[in-house]
Amino acid sequence: MKFGIIVFPGSNCDRDMQWVSQGLLQQPTRMVWHQNSDLSDIDIVVIPGGFSYGDYLRCGAIARFSPALRATIEHAQAGKPVLGICNGFQILTEAGLLPGALVRNANLHFVCDRVPLTVERNDLLWTQNYQAGQTITLPIAHGEGRYHADAETLQALEDNRQVVFRYGGDGLGGNPNGSCNDIAGICNRQGNVMGMMPHPERASDGAIGGSDGLALFQGLVKTLVTA
Amino acid sequence: MVRNQSPAPTPSFWFEPVTQYQAKIYVTLRPSVLDPAGTAVETGLQHLGHEGIEDVRIGKYVELKLAADSEEAAKAQLDQMCDQLLANPVIENYRFELAAA
Repeated sequence: MKFGIIVFPGSNCDRDMQWVSQGLLQQPTRMVWHQNSDLSDIDIVVIPGGFSYGDYLRCGAIARFSPALRATIEHAQAGKPVLGICNGFQILTEAGLLPGALVRNANLHFVCDRVPLTVERNDLLWTQNYQAGQTITLPIAHGEGRYHADAETLQALEDNRQVVFRYGGDGLGGNPNGSCNDIAGICNRQGNVMGMMPHPERASDGAIGGSDGLALFQGLVKTLVTA
Repeated sequence: MVRNQSPAPTPSFWFEPVTQYQAKIYVTLRPSVLDPAGTAVETGLQHLGHEGIEDVRIGKYVELKLAADSEEAAKAQLDQMCDQLLANPVIENYRFELAAA
């Protein structure tokens, strides 16, 4: 089971992710420079948070054309797992691997906080170690995290159960950025591609406070090692 | 020894008229997308005493030069550039003006 972490100029959560996959979970991990187009040895591709290419034009707009991203699209189309966190989520929507777009937070603030989330479903590779309906707490840190899609797309997301994480939990409410339908993370129809604005990799090592994100990665390892 | 004395073939594009165009591209948020920055600017304008201000929307402006065989070809290329990169059709609309440079 090998992790591949795509590194763009401006990525800044790549090492956090490496610490989880390699450091905490003892899994082989390769840092993939954005100009590298060979992902043949990789089982799961992670597109980390940060500000790829300085977020020029739009968040994720330029990263989408890199060789590593083209290879990631092929990886996804082959049904293999791809996870986009924060800027990675923005890149996945720009690349068309996930529907919708992430736009400026409604309150215009860069929000850096820990927020409660509801795990909407646990029948996915990504969430099998959680309970459906469980409330977890993960950090968020973004200025452009407001999920936007037209009414038809939102309806399709709900009908196909593609919303994986929603802001708020146990009726706590609290949508930090004005996202449509309180969306914090979604997957594609097949479920092998997931994007989320919260940072599970920053909540995996208890030493830095909070470990609610670790179950996500443990679930991946459990499945892919035995597969 | 020079084996081939025949003159180099004339490139086929040599006689096609290539025109240099100047494009002005305007990218705007779709009406359905909330523009909180526009709203903040609107409030600022009102605080300055400007009355009757409404619907402030902030977009992007891109200038570029391109060479094309015809205006039609230039427009087709611009549409492609806007759809692929300059605008995100999920949240943005675009229009452009084209003039011979």
